[in-house]
Amino acid sequence: MSKKQVVTATINGREETFLCEPRQTLLEVLRDVLRMTGTKEGCSNGNCGACTVMLNGRPVDSCLVLAVECENAELETVEGLAAGDQLTPVQNAFLEGAALQCGVCTPGFLVSATALLRENPEPTEHDVRWYLAGNLCRCTGYDKIVRAVLDAAERRRNAETV
Amino acid sequence: MAERTISWEPRNENEIIGTDVERVDGLEKASGHAKYSTDVNPKGTLHVRLLTCPHAHARIASLDVETAKKVDGVKSVHVFPGREPGLEIHFQGHPIVAVAAETIGQAAEGVSAIEIEYEVLEHLVDEFDLAGAVKTGRAKPLRITEEGSIGQAFAEADAVVSGFYGIPSITHMCLEPHGSHCQWPGDSELLVHLSTQNVSGTPGQFAQPLGVDAANVTVNCEYIGGGFGSKFSADEWGVACAAISKETGRPVRLHLDRATELQIAGGRPSGFANVTIAADENGKITAWDSHHWGTSGPDGGTISQVPYVIVAPNRRVQVTGIVTNTGPARAWRAPNHPQACALTDTAIDDLAAELEMDPLDVFKANLDLTWNPEIYAGEIDVGAELMDWKNLWQPRGKWEEGGELHGLGMAIHTWGGRAGPGNCTVRVNRDGTVETFAGTQDLGTGTKTVIAMTLAETFGVPLSKVKVNIGSSKYPACGGSGGSTTVGGVSGPHRRAALNALWQIFDLVAEKHNVEADSLKAVGGKIVSGDETVCTWDEAARLVGPMGLEIQGKGPEDDGLTDQQVGGVQMVHAAVDPETGVVRIVKYVAVQDMGLIINPVGARSQILGSMIMCIAYALSEERIYDEVTGRFINSNLKDYKLPRIGDIGELVVELYQPDSEYQRGVVGLGEPPVISGGAAISNAVANALGVRVPVLPLTPKHVLDAARNA
Repeated sequence: MSKKQVVTATINGREETFLCEPRQTLLEVLRDVLRMTGTKEGCSNGNCGACTVMLNGRPVDSCLVLAVECENAELETVEGLAAGDQLTPVQNAFLEGAALQCGVCTPGFLVSATALLRENPEPTEHDVRWYLAGNLCRCTGYDKIVRAVLDAAERRRNAETV
Repeated sequence: MAERTISWEPRNENEIIGTDVERVDGLEKASGHAKYSTDVNPKGTLHVRLLTCPHAHARIASLDVETAKKVDGVKSVHVFPGREPGLEIHFQGHPIVAVAAETIGQAAEGVSAIEIEYEVLEHLVDEFDLAGAVKTGRAKPLRITEEGSIGQAFAEADAVVSGFYGIPSITHMCLEPHGSHCQWPGDSELLVHLSTQNVSGTPGQFAQPLGVDAANVTVNCEYIGGGFGSKFSADEWGVACAAISKETGRPVRLHLDRATELQIAGGRPSGFANVTIAADENGKITAWDSHHWGTSGPDGGTISQVPYVIVAPNRRVQVTGIVTNTGPARAWRAPNHPQACALTDTAIDDLAAELEMDPLDVFKANLDLTWNPEIYAGEIDVGAELMDWKNLWQPRGKWEEGGELHGLGMAIHTWGGRAGPGNCTVRVNRDGTVETFAGTQDLGTGTKTVIAMTLAETFGVPLSKVKVNIGSSKYPACGGSGGSTTVGGVSGPHRRAALNALWQIFDLVAEKHNVEADSLKAVGGKIVSGDETVCTWDEAARLVGPMGLEIQGKGPEDDGLTDQQVGGVQMVHAAVDPETGVVRIVKYVAVQDMGLIINPVGARSQILGSMIMCIAYALSEERIYDEVTGRFINSNLKDYKLPRIGDIGELVVELYQPDSEYQRGVVGLGEPPVISGGAAISNAVANALGVRVPVLPLTPKHVLDAARNA
């Protein structure tokens, strides 16, 4: 086994230094080393999007990223979306639009939807469906998720920030 | 004058019940702070990987785990009971050894170090292969049931249609896999965070094999990432997790990896059928003759409920279960019903085509053969209007638009949904807050919210004054959440307890304020008598004294709060690309009764989810085993095809709640809307294409094969 590596990254605006094995994924380090369990593990091979986080502003499946690749990276997880009790428009739209049930896919959808709205503040329904195709929901809120993201885009245009 | 009888409020007097209420646990879920079983991970937790059998049918020839024990970081190598040379294994994924280590990577290395050899045996994994099963002695004895005289009915019929239909096995595919986190706070005291639909029912399942008292086992599950009927049990890997924790003195987390989850932690039995159905010239069904077969895996069970809902007066049903080397079945949302519907309502649709009738008229002509013609007639009318059925429907193969073939299809279903057993302790505190404790669980369906609404409504207080404590086996026992039993199972006991508490408070208020107790009502945070406000709720609550007031509720009771049996109609507009065979859902309408609806937004969410599950198993989802190797080759989320967010079309949900439904009381909803979508989608595609695609899912290959063979 290779020696553990020291990695320093900014996670949700705070600099964090952690030890990890070269083979450990970012998902494993977030959940098992840093105990940030908001990011969920669904499949571990990049097919369900439950583990989506933002890496340097872009959504990635954290199960497909090695933690050692994150040296100096800016990471954003679901725990970092809200400012304290102040939820973002996307989170509020999901809550008020009943766009979640069991909730395991929700963190991934929230991060992906946030990334979408930063990139494209005025998405069409087609844009939403296209952008979120990597996130799988089983129980399942797709219909309400689409509406919630469109609603969030409108809230955001009405002066809130993502 | 309010009488002291247990009942719901008259429909127009509710302040909270019947309104859309945001889920009370939404904030935790939307912020990443909700702790699922997979998230319980205190420092020192060991992680587990399993060695599972890669073969569909094999015998263990040799097993040596000593090398695994020497792998860096490995703390325990646990051989499952009975896994020794000579043991015959009947399906891929069967767990053999659990390895616990400091990290998941080390546990995986430990698994790789185990030396095991198998004697590979002949397998059968093709669920459709009835002839092969018969030839190899894997077919169970034929069972036949008969009613009336099918011979005479077929002879006298104006139309007789024969067809073949099928629906393969699928898995539960919970996004949070099965598993638990176990720790022993004391020598004989076990704390389990289990991903379960059954917190009250599982402590004993841990206690017995571990040799501890059930009283010393606590099972907690505050959040769960999907169950769908597959998470009622501790499972042997749950017991292994607890045993490893005991052995090592460390907390242990054991959740199945995705492939194993799909292979062994849930499956829905398949059903294939040859059907002959007959009717008179008006579409009135007179006879049914079918032989269906399929598998629930190694135990060789198959499905029931055929023919479904519309039961012909003359009928013969032949059933053959076949024993296969596939993952064992578990109750999958509405057990038997989706399959039975997919084998029945498709045949009825083909009968309509033979008669050159609109299938909607054929369904309507046969409602007297159902348990409740009135509900179905009402729901079909509502659905037809939402779908604009009468304007849009055309005979098979006649509707082409924009290079696509379009069609409509419908199907109907039923389910029981009787309230399950439930207990609760409701406490009114002196400061006016209300708490409850109940050993139920919220699968994401909104159980917690429904309980909060029931209490807030009864006490006339805002939801913010109500705290709901569920998800622990140490709370008053409740049944498992399955079979659509939960909403009735929790709302009934809570309404009873809350009314009994309220009546005691009314007596205290009456004495203090010199009013008639029977004239009092609790609304809008006040206790009122007619138009007069007697006192505020908080003032009333202060009268209960420093200990608060605690009342137990139980159920089910035969007092009208809950009822059973629902109908439901689904209609689909599908479009087929004739060149690629790709099916697109244009519009999908679900009309569903469920008695009294407590939280309409939650009900709608459950129905929408069900519709998408129907789209899944109708269009893409199936468990695929390779006949040569016997392996489940799509046991991953790339190849186990579920719809994505762009694959679902326009979904329309109509909650069917005339006053007669409200007055029935609460009936469960989880199962019914997931039943008839498969048949409705198949019927829409048959209407579009002009021919039946006999077996679900309607993949491009199945669609093109059917079109080519027409």
